Amino acid sequence: MLSRTADHLYWMARYIERAENMARVLDVTYNMSLVPNAAESEAALWEPALQIAGNVDDFEARHDTYCAANVIHYLAMDQNNPSSIFSALRSARENARAVRVALSAETWENINTLWLEFGQFQASDITESGLSEFCDWVKSRSHLFRGVSFGTMLRDDAFRFVRLGTFIERADNTARLLDVKYHLLLPDEEEIGGAVDYYEWSAVLRSVSAFQAYQKIFSDTIEPWRVAELLVLRDDMPRSLHACFDEITPILEQLSGRRSSESRRIAGEMHARLHFGRMDEIFQDGLHEFLEGFVTSNNNLGMEIQRSFLNAP
Amino acid sequence: MDMASRIPFDEMQPQDDEVREIYRVYAAWLKNFPLLQLERKRQEAEVLFRRVGITFNVYGETSGNERLIPFDVIPRLLGSAEWQMLSSGAIQRVKALNMFLDDIYHKQEIIKAGIVPASILANAQYRPEMYGVDVPGGVYAHIAGVDLVRTGESQFYVLEDNLRTPSGVSYMLENRKMMMRLFPELFRRYSVAPMEHYPQVLMNNLRAVAPHGVQDPIVVLLTPGAYNSAYFEHAFLAQQMGVELVEGQDLFVRNNAVYMRTTEGPKRVDVIYRRLDDDYLDPLVFKPDSMLGVPGLLSVYRNGGVTLANAVGTGVADDKATYIHVPDMIRFYLGEEPILSNVPTYELSKPDDLKYVLEHLPELVVKEVQGSGGYGMLVGPAATKKEIEEFRLRILSAPDNYIAQPTLALSTCPTLVEQGIAPRHVDLRPFVLSGKTVTLVPGALCRVALKEGSLVVNSSQGGGTKDTWVLENA
Repeated sequence: MLSRTADHLYWMARYIERAENMARVLDVTYNMSLVPNAAESEAALWEPALQIAGNVDDFEARHDTYCAANVIHYLAMDQNNPSSIFSALRSARENARAVRVALSAETWENINTLWLEFGQFQASDITESGLSEFCDWVKSRSHLFRGVSFGTMLRDDAFRFVRLGTFIERADNTARLLDVKYHLLLPDEEEIGGAVDYYEWSAVLRSVSAFQAYQKIFSDTIEPWRVAELLVLRDDMPRSLHACFDEITPILEQLSGRRSSESRRIAGEMHARLHFGRMDEIFQDGLHEFLEGFVTSNNNLGMEIQRSFLNAP
Repeated sequence: MDMASRIPFDEMQPQDDEVREIYRVYAAWLKNFPLLQLERKRQEAEVLFRRVGITFNVYGETSGNERLIPFDVIPRLLGSAEWQMLSSGAIQRVKALNMFLDDIYHKQEIIKAGIVPASILANAQYRPEMYGVDVPGGVYAHIAGVDLVRTGESQFYVLEDNLRTPSGVSYMLENRKMMMRLFPELFRRYSVAPMEHYPQVLMNNLRAVAPHGVQDPIVVLLTPGAYNSAYFEHAFLAQQMGVELVEGQDLFVRNNAVYMRTTEGPKRVDVIYRRLDDDYLDPLVFKPDSMLGVPGLLSVYRNGGVTLANAVGTGVADDKATYIHVPDMIRFYLGEEPILSNVPTYELSKPDDLKYVLEHLPELVVKEVQGSGGYGMLVGPAATKKEIEEFRLRILSAPDNYIAQPTLALSTCPTLVEQGIAPRHVDLRPFVLSGKTVTLVPGALCRVALKEGSLVVNSSQGGGTKDTWVLENA
């Protein structure tokens, strides 16, 4: 297929996934803010959301305070913030429009409708009308996108690039979320088990739709290291790093055909680390270091995909 | 000929007490269908068109640049005999035009015979680069849109031939799909000729004109990109034909061949259905600053390494200065009498015609020889005194650039407007396809001027569209 088409498809899927993850982070942060004494200050509560999105500096350059209204607007609706939900959905739709031929009609209509519906939220004050409603809408639109594309698209390279975009983006988002939260939640003296901790960790789980899964697997109190295990190594947990690479590795093999490629090598290496890795070793070397390294490798993989498939000479 | 003062012919009801035979069933149905319900159908169509993204971009508009072309839910009906006449007339015309193009870029016999003046070779749309170049099958205008208007029961005129990159066929097809969804019961009452196979016919034709010796040709559709006004149509046709929709940046030239950049490396391209004007095709030959084209494309094309549809240089045949010679072309190349008439046309390069036109500006339509899309024209009866005087100065500064025609009383068709159902002026653009044979599917784009009394049907000027029904047994 055309390299340019592959590029648009890949980024379309990445942007939709990005919007969904942003909505998840916003939703749980907002719910935490309703728990009394959840954080020392509004700033302490909202800053992590910006850290996950990776744009604390940009926010600080344009806002004086970390109040909820500012952060919510910045992350959801700000047209000047390239990773706001608004920007992500707009980019997704523009990418889709450029290659609507390569999408099934249903997939294109789904994305086009998404953008038309978004207009309603833009016109209203989403904090007033219920942030959760907005976040739910973003999530369900993203679910719908995956379902429609999975259910209607021919299993050709177009479909593979869409899936590839989804899982590269998701792996990045899950790793960042866990890193920021884990870092934050483990103070020097380990006083775990309080009510706030429970809320914090259940919020993390909920943000990746893993709360029920956790209960089902461990049926025990929520322990940070188990949360980490669930989101890093468990291959049956659909948003975990391992699960993402279970999808990415075969797709790259199919796309590369018989050619050996650097992207295939990087993905294989990352996959092996998740497949054969052990949680206690990861903790010994430091979870933060592990996640940081993962995000970097995942970025390199993204750049390699860009170089070898999408910007073909 | 006094065509200006006549009352326009109404397609459904030419006289108050007379409904045309083919409209009888429809008229009775429409009479009993509540207006509110009809309005609701119109809104439903609008929602669906917007969801599917059947939009066009308007040049020169900054905000909200994706717009819907207004769709009218009342169809235009044509009887089978009428259609027979129109379609054979359009086919005859396009055959002659293709022969004219082949002639003008080779032996130029029509000039030697004194039928078309040699000055045509100085026309800006004549491409000397094409002289002596053989194109597969001698086909230049693979897709032609012939604009027809009607002024009476049996008076049809060709307004212009569009031989460059005519657009609108996606609306013809989508309008039909919409009508079948909104009014299935009407399709049970009428036997409407199907035309949904248009993309298939087009695809077969494009494959048939591949360069000599290519067994299984790769066809692509070349678009200027997602910001072009007709981008929806480009995407639509590429999808319907199952071909890649490419932009100039996706193609490159190597070793006298055109390739596209794919995720599996370069892939050879044999036929390019291009929706890009000549001027932008190849920066090495035409506009050097164009980013939309492919450097080196024309040299491959001239050597027969790739087929372009339509061919380069067709503009010389749909130019308004050439238009006046088409009836003679038909006689010259085919030895037949033209089935469809031209609109009587004044050439302002002729002193007598210029004098007459300047004296009668308020009754005439004056067009730029190379204008299109309804820009740069004067509709005398609808213009203010000031506009007429301004246009007079423009004509005087370069009379050769203009032609003039009587203001035709274009036929009207009942149309749903804000005040209810009212007659509005319409035209008709069937799409003639040339490959091994010259054919057209039984259908056409019907454009309607939504403003009361307006004669300008172009979508860029606020016109809308209707579905056109060719009735099989009527």
